Amino acid sequence: MRCLTGLLIPLFIFVAIPCFVSAKNIHIGPGKNSGLSDLPLLKAVDGDSVFVHHSLYKEGNIIINKKIVMIGVNNPIIDGDKKYEVVSIRSDHVVFRGFTVQNSGYGTLNDLGGIKVYDAQHIVIENNILDNNFFSIYINFGKNILIKNNIIKAYGVEEQQIGNGIHCWKSDSLQIIGNYVQGHRDGIYFEFVTNSIIWRNISKYNIRYGLHFMFSNDDAYINNVFDNNGSGVAVMYTKKVVMYNNTFKNSLGDASYGILLKEISDAEIIGNHFIHNTAGLFLEGANRIIIQKNNFLNNGWGLKIQANCMDNKISVNNFIGNTFDVSTNGSLVLNIFEKNYWDKYEGYDLDKNHLGDVPYHPLNIYSTIIENNPIAMLLFRSFMVTLLERTEKLIPSITPDNFKDENPVLKAYLL
Amino acid sequence: MKGISTFIITDILKNRIVLLYTLVLCGFSWSIFSLEDNVSKGILSMLNIILLIVPLVSIIFANIYMYNSTEFIELLVSQPVKRSSIWSSLFFGLTVALNAAFFIGIGIPVLVFITPITALVVILAGILLTTVFVSIAMLCFILMRDKAKGIGLSIMIWLFLSLMYDGLVLFFMFQYADYPIEKIMVLLSAINPVDLARIQVLLQIDVAALMGYTGAIFKKLFGTHLGYLTSLLLISFWILCPYFFSLRLFKKKDL
Repeated sequence: MRCLTGLLIPLFIFVAIPCFVSAKNIHIGPGKNSGLSDLPLLKAVDGDSVFVHHSLYKEGNIIINKKIVMIGVNNPIIDGDKKYEVVSIRSDHVVFRGFTVQNSGYGTLNDLGGIKVYDAQHIVIENNILDNNFFSIYINFGKNILIKNNIIKAYGVEEQQIGNGIHCWKSDSLQIIGNYVQGHRDGIYFEFVTNSIIWRNISKYNIRYGLHFMFSNDDAYINNVFDNNGSGVAVMYTKKVVMYNNTFKNSLGDASYGILLKEISDAEIIGNHFIHNTAGLFLEGANRIIIQKNNFLNNGWGLKIQANCMDNKISVNNFIGNTFDVSTNGSLVLNIFEKNYWDKYEGYDLDKNHLGDVPYHPLNIYSTIIENNPIAMLLFRSFMVTLLERTEKLIPSITPDNFKDENPVLKAYLL
Repeated sequence: MKGISTFIITDILKNRIVLLYTLVLCGFSWSIFSLEDNVSKGILSMLNIILLIVPLVSIIFANIYMYNSTEFIELLVSQPVKRSSIWSSLFFGLTVALNAAFFIGIGIPVLVFITPITALVVILAGILLTTVFVSIAMLCFILMRDKAKGIGLSIMIWLFLSLMYDGLVLFFMFQYADYPIEKIMVLLSAINPVDLARIQVLLQIDVAALMGYTGAIFKKLFGTHLGYLTSLLLISFWILCPYFFSLRLFKKKDL
């Protein structure tokens, strides 16, 4: 008898359950079925798969309010005709894969999105192309959502007239992986988003920030590239974020930063590359941050650390080819600099322990002067200014004496 | 004119000092670039040489050469040659010889080691500065009959333009920091050829920092095509004005 039950249970699982559930495959496309907007009227029920074949669908707002899998076959195009929100996902457990979504409407009151998720869980948005939308992917009260390998392009000119590439609001447990975002206001925008990961994305040529997040605790940013964004990356009012191995480059301009940290605490910034930014890393009101194993290359200012930052540990970083390595705006020093490589260090190592025997003062007096009189940059690198810098390096009088790296290393780290 | 120029150039090249100058510059630049693995630091050292040493050597050498060829000039004046053509061939000969030294000594290593556009700006800055200071040296020669006075004057001019001027501007800036002095500062920097050359090189190597607060002013006034053209024009003024002024004096001068 027991033997029979042992046989019956798997039989039940493999044969009987599929009979009860009976999910269908529905095909939509030229010559197959009616248009997309009839979708809710179609016989699709929870669990069905809808295959949309290649064509141009210009049918207003498409609402997905059932637990279905939407698969684009040969990249069908859904067009919002510059008037409508294109795809609205209003159900849990939806997969949306392989579409081109384009030309969403523009709104000043409503944030119309290319693909917008309303209060839903377990959504997958994958392998889509989003072209010329107001907001491209918009997650509103989402949970457990995967946004993967989408190519997002917009052609924004002014900040007010374009939305964000991937906009997430009040969400939790998002995975944003391998997307390419270009030409939006902010490439990726997080507000009140927790326990999420942003991994291997590329965010380029956005008007404002490549990545912008606020009030988003416990998130991780790993292996992303932020390049040529209007003002770089801004992260504000957040606790416990980790940023590993990202590249921040070519953020050039007044108030442009590789990363701007404002009111951030307990973060880890490790293994990142800051290349050719006006200011590589800017810290304001940032506390207990570990800044380690980063490369600061060819920036105007490698690190700008305001005097209201506390207990940050800046160690084992490379500072190479920056016009100014570090600057600050006060004389209070509550941060630790340790074992960094500074290409401007001129000390020696007599005991051969690979650490310089004299401390390095990374603050350049002229960067302080420029902070107060920007126009003084006109005289930078002239004989008198070089003389001034030299004297200050030897005998610090204006710059704080205790702002120093006690043990600078003599050879650049391989990072 | 062609004959006189060639004669002067060969005369200067036979003079071992220019050869030595070339070798010293060569030694400097090759050692800086090969010892320093960081190219931007190499450019900085080059910048210091171009802003200080190149003008100094140009002005002193040209000045002394002029004084030493007083008799030769007198001889030429007695011949049926136009005075303006004598003067221009002297200028041409000195400029070509010193610029050749500069190009071989610094230009070639710079072209080898740094990115083409930056290299071009650095070389152009050096060549223009050499020419400017040759032109000033000739003016000093014509203004002062006495050799010691003439050389003293050229050293003073070099000292003023290369070292003191920036200090004065800096002092001025600190004194009037509370006032809107941006335009005056730009003007003050733009009338010194050494500062102009420095700012153009700065635009190449510190572009990331310059895009900061000062970005607007810098980009507008120096970084655009119009800015480059204006800088070039201003430096040309520094070549042409002393030259034509000295030419006028030379034409009238009772030798």
